[in-house]
Amino acid sequence: MSLFAAPDTLTAPQVTLDTVRPGYWVGVWHRLLRDRVTLITASFLLIMLAAILAAPLIAPYNPYQGNILRRLAPIGSPGYWLGTDELGRDMLTRLLYGGRMSCLLGIMPVALALLIGGTVGIIAGFVGGWVNMMVMRITDVFYAFPSVLLAVAISGALGPGISNAILSLTLVFIPSIVRVAESATVSVRNLDYVEAARASGAGSMTIVGVHVLPNVLGPVIIYATSLTGVSMIIAAGLSFLGLGTRPPEAEWGLMLNTLRMSIYSMPEIAILPGICIFITSVCFNLVSDGLRRAMDIRG
Amino acid sequence: MLLYLIRRVLYALPIALAVSFVCFLLVHIAPGDPISSIVPPDAPPEVVEQVRVEYGLDKPIIVQFGIWLLHILGGDFGKSLMTGRSVAQELSSAVGNTVILGLTAAIPAFTIACVLGALAAWWRDGWIDRIVGSVSIAAVSTPHYWLGIVLVITFSVFMQWLPAMGAPPGAASEWRFEWDHIRFLVLPAITLAIIPIGIVTRSVRGIVGDILNQDFIVTLGAKGLHNRTIVLHVIKNAAPTTLTVLGLQFGHLIGGSIMVETVFAWPGTGFLLNNAIFQRDIPLLQGTVLILSIFFVTLNLAVDLLQTLLDPRIRRHPGQ
Repeated sequence: MSLFAAPDTLTAPQVTLDTVRPGYWVGVWHRLLRDRVTLITASFLLIMLAAILAAPLIAPYNPYQGNILRRLAPIGSPGYWLGTDELGRDMLTRLLYGGRMSCLLGIMPVALALLIGGTVGIIAGFVGGWVNMMVMRITDVFYAFPSVLLAVAISGALGPGISNAILSLTLVFIPSIVRVAESATVSVRNLDYVEAARASGAGSMTIVGVHVLPNVLGPVIIYATSLTGVSMIIAAGLSFLGLGTRPPEAEWGLMLNTLRMSIYSMPEIAILPGICIFITSVCFNLVSDGLRRAMDIRG
Repeated sequence: MLLYLIRRVLYALPIALAVSFVCFLLVHIAPGDPISSIVPPDAPPEVVEQVRVEYGLDKPIIVQFGIWLLHILGGDFGKSLMTGRSVAQELSSAVGNTVILGLTAAIPAFTIACVLGALAAWWRDGWIDRIVGSVSIAAVSTPHYWLGIVLVITFSVFMQWLPAMGAPPGAASEWRFEWDHIRFLVLPAITLAIIPIGIVTRSVRGIVGDILNQDFIVTLGAKGLHNRTIVLHVIKNAAPTTLTVLGLQFGHLIGGSIMVETVFAWPGTGFLLNNAIFQRDIPLLQGTVLILSIFFVTLNLAVDLLQTLLDPRIRRHPGQ
């Protein structure tokens, strides 16, 4: 894997003109700027994240207060653009607030797993020997479970709750991130320039920080972004089953569940939360693919 | 070669043991006294005491695991708190139903996905590649439980073609390939297949693409061989890796059927798991998770062995 590849003169000619030797990340950045699909999806994702973060400011109603007289108002009703749910709560408000919880449940486990799994993987790969063997054998065990089953089993045993859902998903994602980080570290560890750094007296921390981390970060971050799409789906799925958030909390998966009773009367409202999960997941996957292309990493 | 196969089988044993240990721990991570998750809450104290001694719950955890494992190996998965029937009994019908659903979903889905992936790789960067790429991104991003609801709305509520949920009477035990039975399977099978279709398509495109990039394919073309011959070479080279992907995806499909089975009330392992979780029926939860994960381990082992037999490169260099 050549991460420090010279910038492609065909796709980014101006880079080679302006700068003497642009770094790898500069090349990545320039390639990203030329990738229209990734740029559009990334901006869309950012706007959406901003909207759900600003939910208390921009949401027109209270997400928990409904009016039973106005229950299941159709899409486009005056004052309720996206209609109302089975308890007469404004759907737009609920979807905005629901996005906060869904994104928290979807992104948090990946971020935690990235931190823990990345650290463990780098240590295992760098130290090698029996530490590596122990760590990799433990990840093998967790790999031997289908991921959805493991998430459901752990959060099912722990009982419903936001922190239990996050904990179970984090545990599901750690082993795979450990593997990616470990293999990237091992492939760098024995390269000549790391040998040279070691010979010139650099300590382990310096070598990891200066030589290993920049090489491992790319593949691991790409892998983590690709996990985020999956994580959004499984996390909302846990809530859909009743394992993540509990009513009256707004969360996309849970809303899909509670609106299931209304598929006969208001199907177009009942499917709205799922559309949100779908769009978010598509965006994360497209951004992940774009990053992969820009960083020129295969796999 | 034989040595490699034996080593691979032996390596699966500690994994299976560790997987069982994780399943065993489920009782202990459940909040509250483990005893309360094994016996019903209204059990008389002497029964509670008897179970405590029988399962060695007063002994160290590793001894408890040993006792539990012996019970399991003897086919005793404990009793479901919910129904009072043995967990093994509950599982036997559920596993059959899940396998039927899984196969119905996997066989057409994997076929379509392999063809699509190969076509996309063959005409790289062409319009087919772009369409297949978009479709597979959409497929892997689909919350399948939501797709299930959308399908029910379309085909059950509006068109009234297919049943919205449930299984034909007798499901697994009296399964027949007749429309009366199959129609219950159509929607859940599509729902279950959607994510694997996306994943397999993407993987096959990658695998075939890699092979097409290799020198020997270029040589074959340069030698003036027919495309048909080249395709045969590609298939031969892609088969072992593709098989691994398919095996893994089939395992995920069976193990991850809980959300789909819940949407369609399909009486398989996922439905059982869902009930177990909400009735706090820990023995049932434990038994179901154990069976599904041991199935997954066995499946991976089988695929690995098959791959070794198929792939001459591994056969000749078993060390790698």
